[in-house]
Amino acid sequence: MRYIIKRVIFFVITAWAALTMNFILPRLMPGNPAEVMIAKFRGRLNPQAINALEIAFGINVHQNMFIQYADYLKRMVVGNFGVSVTFYPTNVSQVLSQAIPWTIGLFGVSTVIAFLLGTILGIRTSWRRNSASSSVIVPFSLFLNSMPYFWFALVIDYIFAFELGWFPLGGAYSSGGSLHGWALVGSILYYAILPGTTIIVTATGGWLLTMRNNMISVLSDDFVTFARAKGLPDRVIEYKYAARNAILPSFTGFAMALGFIISGALLTEIVFSYPGVGYLLYQSVLNIDYPLMQAIFLFITVAVLTANFIADIVYVFLDPRVRTRGE
Amino acid sequence: MSFSTQEYGRGVNEMKYILVFMKNKKAAFGMGILLFFVLVAIFAPYIAPYSPNYMGFTPLQSPSWEHLLGTTATGQDIFSRVVWGTRLSLFVGIITGLIATALSVIVGLTAGYFGGLVDDILVMIANIFLVIPGLPLIIILAAYITIKGIWTIVFVISITGWAWGARVLRSQMMTLKNRDFVKASVVVGEKPTHIIFADIFPNMLGLIVANFFGASIYAVLSEAGLEFLGLGDSSAVSWGTILYWAQNNQAILFGLWQWMAVPGLLIALLGMSFALMNFAVDELTNPRLRKR
Repeated sequence: MRYIIKRVIFFVITAWAALTMNFILPRLMPGNPAEVMIAKFRGRLNPQAINALEIAFGINVHQNMFIQYADYLKRMVVGNFGVSVTFYPTNVSQVLSQAIPWTIGLFGVSTVIAFLLGTILGIRTSWRRNSASSSVIVPFSLFLNSMPYFWFALVIDYIFAFELGWFPLGGAYSSGGSLHGWALVGSILYYAILPGTTIIVTATGGWLLTMRNNMISVLSDDFVTFARAKGLPDRVIEYKYAARNAILPSFTGFAMALGFIISGALLTEIVFSYPGVGYLLYQSVLNIDYPLMQAIFLFITVAVLTANFIADIVYVFLDPRVRTRGE
Repeated sequence: MSFSTQEYGRGVNEMKYILVFMKNKKAAFGMGILLFFVLVAIFAPYIAPYSPNYMGFTPLQSPSWEHLLGTTATGQDIFSRVVWGTRLSLFVGIITGLIATALSVIVGLTAGYFGGLVDDILVMIANIFLVIPGLPLIIILAAYITIKGIWTIVFVISITGWAWGARVLRSQMMTLKNRDFVKASVVVGEKPTHIIFADIFPNMLGLIVANFFGASIYAVLSEAGLEFLGLGDSSAVSWGTILYWAQNNQAILFGLWQWMAVPGLLIALLGMSFALMNFAVDELTNPRLRKR
């Protein structure tokens, strides 16, 4: 119980830190950058919108910082992120909610596939760690893992979409004609293949190496030697003894690495013009749309935090030691 | 990434470790790649046939003997730009790696040594930075800082890249501080700064070096990503900005795939050289990972 309370406190503090960063950063920068943005959009936005933006970024506001901060927190809690200057007059929350399902779908599915694939390959390569295939796989995974994600996306986009023409260059579904039902689902899957492959290929290497190292450590533990001495079959030792124990650190790593992988996924979306959160973030950067940028940052942080929180709770069920130790 | 809690014995001279390190095939390969890039960076003016900023050639040429990688949309020689770009990409990677590692060392060692409330607060901050996704934070920071330049990039990447290392070093610190030689120093009445930096620091060198390699990979990749998005200084010559211009001028649609492929491949190679050395340190400090 103490463990769960600790996790809840951490969740709240981190969410608060992200909120506060959004508030402080524009005010901290020399020559409030939001002023440039507002100057650019003056005339295109109505006076109320300009006024709301000025309040949100602390321009021409003669209130004390604490009152501004309290107002800001109030606005955030009710989900009022203001209007997006890029998609004016649409609200930021509306713009964001259209992008979220795409990212969760693409990123969620491909991350789970990468985790499973990497973990299984990690188990296999640790078991035959001195074989030829194993000594090729390690440097190869290191290479995949140190490749710029967006560049890999560009390369496979060039080869499979531009040169061979097997897949579309970008987007999320066929825009020609209106698709319904299964045809639409099929189109969405078809368009997701290249961006999904990018995420899977670049993320698998990391899981492979983590799992391999954990496995090698566990395999030299006494209980594994004992299992061998008992004459248990290799398969049983490999999966029921070693892998079950080796997967725990991988699992904690999964939650921690989400923040890193999502960064890669954002860039992948940009390359494929995939209408998710990453592509939206790119558009907001190009148009210096600070309200949209802030909301996206907040959303991604809360999403990763939530995933972490769920992983922490699941961990309690996976590892009995956590339940008793209270750490 | 796995880090071991194995430690070095005291008083063994460092030269021996460097020799052992170099005997590891992965480490030697990684060092080789890094050395190659260092040489290219130093001798860039002699290797590059033209000035990286000269714009007088016929634009959008395919590779030829005069222009090994063709020319850009503004008539610059891509090969010369790639060679000169090594300087900035390597510099940002190494400097940022060093700054982030220094931050990790300071935070990790302070937290681990003092424990208690100091530890709680520092670990909390590190965890917050770990959970907040790096790239979106970097993008936000870079978007607010209106002065575009190399130091902006170094700053935003360092500030987001120290947390993992701090946590690893902290746990190592916790195991080291209960060792006899540290206790002896405490009894003698040495100051905490002396104990942390003169007694404990040398014993964590392996881990710190591994950490530096890890931070440098993060820096190289983040730099490329930032510049690709146009958040860097797009007039600077680095591998990331070459990719940015290639993308913006639709190099691929003109069939100039090498404009895109080569800088990306070099970034991946530089990243891999750090990754190989990192992995090798892992193997050396954790005897279980060594080949049997």
